[in-house]
Amino acid sequence: MLLSSLTLICGSAEFKSFSMEDHPLPPTYSEVQEKTISPEKAEEAKLKARYPNLGNKPGGSDLLRKRLQKGQKYFDSGDYNMAKAKIKNKQLPTAAPEKTEITGDHIPTPQDLPQRKPSLVASKLAG
Amino acid sequence: IYCMFTTKSSICCTKAEVKGGQGADYMRTDIISTVEFNHTGELLATGDKGGRVVIFQREPESQTEPFSQGEYNVYSTFQSHEPEFDYLKSLEIEEKINKIRWLPQQNAAHFLLSTNDKTIKLWKVSERDKRPEGYNLKDEEGRIKDISTVTSLQVPVLKPMDLMVEVTPRRVFANAHTYHINSISVNSDYETYMSADDLRINLWHLDITDRSFNIVDIKPANMEDLTEVITAAEFHPHHCNLFVYSSSKGTLRLCDMREAALCDKHSKLFEEPEDPSARSFFSEIISSVSDVKFSHSGRYLLTRDYLTAKVWDLNMESKPLETYQVHDYLRSKLCSLYENDCIFDKFECAWNGSDSVIMTGAYNNFFRMFDRNTKRDVTLEASRESSKPRAVLKPRRVCAAGGKRRKDDISVDSLDFTKKILHTAWHPNENIIAIAATNNLYIFQDKLNSEMH
Repeated sequence: MLLSSLTLICGSAEFKSFSMEDHPLPPTYSEVQEKTISPEKAEEAKLKARYPNLGNKPGGSDLLRKRLQKGQKYFDSGDYNMAKAKIKNKQLPTAAPEKTEITGDHIPTPQDLPQRKPSLVASKLAG
Repeated sequence: IYCMFTTKSSICCTKAEVKGGQGADYMRTDIISTVEFNHTGELLATGDKGGRVVIFQREPESQTEPFSQGEYNVYSTFQSHEPEFDYLKSLEIEEKINKIRWLPQQNAAHFLLSTNDKTIKLWKVSERDKRPEGYNLKDEEGRIKDISTVTSLQVPVLKPMDLMVEVTPRRVFANAHTYHINSISVNSDYETYMSADDLRINLWHLDITDRSFNIVDIKPANMEDLTEVITAAEFHPHHCNLFVYSSSKGTLRLCDMREAALCDKHSKLFEEPEDPSARSFFSEIISSVSDVKFSHSGRYLLTRDYLTAKVWDLNMESKPLETYQVHDYLRSKLCSLYENDCIFDKFECAWNGSDSVIMTGAYNNFFRMFDRNTKRDVTLEASRESSKPRAVLKPRRVCAAGGKRRKDDISVDSLDFTKKILHTAWHPNENIIAIAATNNLYIFQDKLNSEMH
């Protein structure tokens, strides 16, 4: 009770000394608590030094929103199909001659585009 | 007494199989993204980033060839999902198989559910070992006969043929998830299943594809207020009204579908109190639960977060029953692991059949096993060199940078973080484990202690 009201006022260094007796830290930290700061806090300091603009809400909405938006976004479907055509050409350098016109430089029409079938090859797990 | 451990500190593995291409070059599509045994352990399914599923079947033990007994050989393979393009959002939908779950077998055919980020599919796997021969209007190759050559009638007869395994899609459950599906779980009622994405969980009937019920919705009215997402979900193995879901904040919620149609309010909330003095920038990220699994008994929950695996008792919400350090030496590497995104890797976890041992993967193709009774643990490596048949799987050890180093130890700084074992599975009854190491599948069998104790 008293402890919790104290924690509200104190800075992080003082907070540590109040908490040690009544809130024993897990074994991982017990050896280092007096001499050095925990490895996790040291890593945090390193990160903040490298990226000073990093916000203070690590698990907050920025991170989550980035996670929710997984999946590469394209400007439109034409952009998507051109990107796929480019990848296909990179993976199959000896593509059939009739398809050599279809490169990233040439704006494709729906008839020109090869159907993307990335897994024509069977899985290597299947022997 | 327990599997895979002998009285010495080594493990005897009398059978190791490796599937997949050798060598360091592999395509993104070859990366295995899920591994799952069926309910008898006879079949083992893998899904990959290319949307393909490969099913292995265990060879029956035979007296004549004792060393080929119990091997897993390819049974069937098929393309489950294809890449798609969402025209409305101009977003690519990956074909990667996120999860495979088998249905319990009810007739000669096997059924499994496979899902990518958006669509779940029910597949029927059936065998055909007979075919009709002696048609009147077609010849052996299937060409239509000239009718003038037909002078008599015959009755087609079923003749044995080489075993053919057919896989057909039976249901497609689409358009129910705005966000990315991370889990599917078949209910013990064998009629329904659930699918969970980052913010919602839906309940489906296996026969109905045009409707699903939303049972959990944690989307805030204002997305700016979003603080946590759903990371995994599973039905209770015996009680068809109970399910659990985990969050990115490290909490578990047990929900009872009898209480309400929308289970936003949990029945039980499992959360370990945080030590405020230990809080850092990384605390919340490493507390995110990447996998949750009920024990076979239904009494316990196993969770995995970035650095630990925890066993929870369903009757105790205040803290976990047991906490196991998987790779605590990474605590001093969190900064670089954040920079290279490894801190967001989602490791799965598994129980053995008797719930006495838990297993989970780590980096450098290491995986860990913890015996809950003896409190002993071991680190093993999935590599071709150590996977010769009847080889002894040598325990590995990682030593902290600058710490005392023994002969075969690996230093934290030498760990290969691109070799991650995210997906592992344990046979439901026996000491057989399947380990997915990037594009290779390792199957280890412990013949000495093949029965679970």
